[in-house]
Amino acid sequence: MSAIQQPSSITTSNAALHPGRGGVWLLVLAVAAVTATFFVKGYVLFQLTMLLSYGIALVGLSLLTGYNGQISLGHGAFYAIGAYTTGMLIEHAGVPYWLCVPAAGAVCLIVGYAFGRPALKLKGLYLALATFALGVVTPQLLKYKHLEDWTGGVGGIVLMKPEAPFGLPLSADQWMYLFALATAVVMFAIARNLIDSGSGRAMKAIRDHDMAAESMGIDNSHYKSMTFGVSAAFTGIGGALSALVVEFVSPDSFTMFLSISLLVGIVVGGVGTLWGALFGAAFIMFVPAMAESVSKDAAWGVYGVVLILFVFVMPGGVMGLIARVRAGR
Amino acid sequence: MRCAAPISENELETFLQQLFAGLSTGGIYAALALALVMIYQATHQVNFAQGEMAMFSTFLAWTLIQAGLPYWLTFFVTVAISFVIAAGVEFAIIRPLHNAPELAIVVAFIGLLVIFHSLASWIFGSTIKEFPSPFPKDAWFGSKLMSPHQVGTIFVSLCLVAVLFSFFRFTTLGLSMRAAAQNPGSSRLLGIHVGRMLMLGWGLAGAIGAVAGMLVAPVVFLDPGMMSGVLLYAFAAALIGGIDNPAGAILGGFIVGVLENLIGSYIVGTELKLSVALVLIVGVLIVRPAGLLGRTIVQRV
Repeated sequence: MSAIQQPSSITTSNAALHPGRGGVWLLVLAVAAVTATFFVKGYVLFQLTMLLSYGIALVGLSLLTGYNGQISLGHGAFYAIGAYTTGMLIEHAGVPYWLCVPAAGAVCLIVGYAFGRPALKLKGLYLALATFALGVVTPQLLKYKHLEDWTGGVGGIVLMKPEAPFGLPLSADQWMYLFALATAVVMFAIARNLIDSGSGRAMKAIRDHDMAAESMGIDNSHYKSMTFGVSAAFTGIGGALSALVVEFVSPDSFTMFLSISLLVGIVVGGVGTLWGALFGAAFIMFVPAMAESVSKDAAWGVYGVVLILFVFVMPGGVMGLIARVRAGR
Repeated sequence: MRCAAPISENELETFLQQLFAGLSTGGIYAALALALVMIYQATHQVNFAQGEMAMFSTFLAWTLIQAGLPYWLTFFVTVAISFVIAAGVEFAIIRPLHNAPELAIVVAFIGLLVIFHSLASWIFGSTIKEFPSPFPKDAWFGSKLMSPHQVGTIFVSLCLVAVLFSFFRFTTLGLSMRAAAQNPGSSRLLGIHVGRMLMLGWGLAGAIGAVAGMLVAPVVFLDPGMMSGVLLYAFAAALIGGIDNPAGAILGGFIVGVLENLIGSYIVGTELKLSVALVLIVGVLIVRPAGLLGRTIVQRV
């Protein structure tokens, strides 16, 4: 398994954002997302908020795997670190929640960079193993008894849902949803700009042919470890939001399964696309529950079959299918 | 995974016991790592579902034994069935995906993993079952330091590697398989049926996995989750030895087994042993990125 090189077959991902048809879609999406605040209630609103949190996390993984060709089977670790940073800052330092989100991003940026630097030497399968190790080790460390004073051990940390500020007539759930929505908009915009910038082109050049990129004067080590850091920061911010939404962090929420779900998410959405993250998030949010409603005994069997069918029907993910439909028109 | 060491006055004896227990679990890791290397040699992919497929095979063996078949007959029947199942999976699921992006194939492997896992707990239930060892408890090759099953496990793994090594090194079929993996295009021109070689590779890996499963089951007992930890160690073993080298897989298996056991009993306790073992392995890989016995592939641009 060498680097991941195929995503370029998906015609350029920024078609969705170009003025014209793409702009209209974006407007519709924005209006729908904001109005949802007032019409969707209870558990569904919670699910939408979680979807945004996963979406941001998936953008992070997509930057790393889709745009830079570095596979990660352990991004759940950064999701966990983001969530725990938020939990610990609120619990032990009384930091306001809105400051915790960027703080979680900053912590993950540093941790991700520190991990990505030595991991530079590893490619493909070997990188998969190293990141897998990260995904396995993190929940164990969070449970570790000598860190219990900070992390709350197996029991985790219970948080309070923030109330809407400035006396806005919104419930805590609605405010949380809007807060997540605003964060998601900012993060998507940052990702879009990053991808279209010189750094983004360097990232893609490294993915497509690292040696050629190097000989063009791109500093591979710098870009690769920096991408790792930035990717971790996105995923950490997703995790921070999830901690606020769920009002609880515990080691068992961040098992290996989360990391694998994230990878499944970007493949389902479309590797190397930005908007695929939303489809991927919807998949990891809703399909397991759907599988359970089909058959309680073999829910995971159903999930597995859905996964394989998905790969058969849309090897390029949802965005790949959309690109194909457009090209066929 | 580890046999509990009896409390002994003699430190050295405890140490040796841990060491040999490590060698024995290492034998199991080695066998599964070998299965991974096999598929890698034949297809340049790593099958994440290998452990679950092995678990499934072991359940089949258990069913046969419950039906009253003698152990060794069960053993060979299971190996044959596993060969067919794995080859069938290759034919039905992996082959149609040969043009799909690499990550899509990884996701298909994840899908297979959850399907086999879920099927096993659905068909056989998730209660823990006992699985017999083929080696009698009072066999002549057992000793105070190693139980007969441990000796047997190591012996079987070594036999496997010898057979596989000779197969790949000295037979035309083995040579064709290696060729098909290394350069499918040229192999096709030379008249090698590449698809059939891939299927054969999968089948062999399934069969080896079944052997590994039947060796693990008497130690960890039989349940649908029994292979998840083992697979991770096997993956690590395959990589640390060099993913393209069967002998490396065996060496890696023993290293990982011993390391896991000694770290677990002397340094950090069972809670963190997985973490520490993994960190050490990744550390080794950073120093030697191609594994201990792997070849560094130099590419011409």
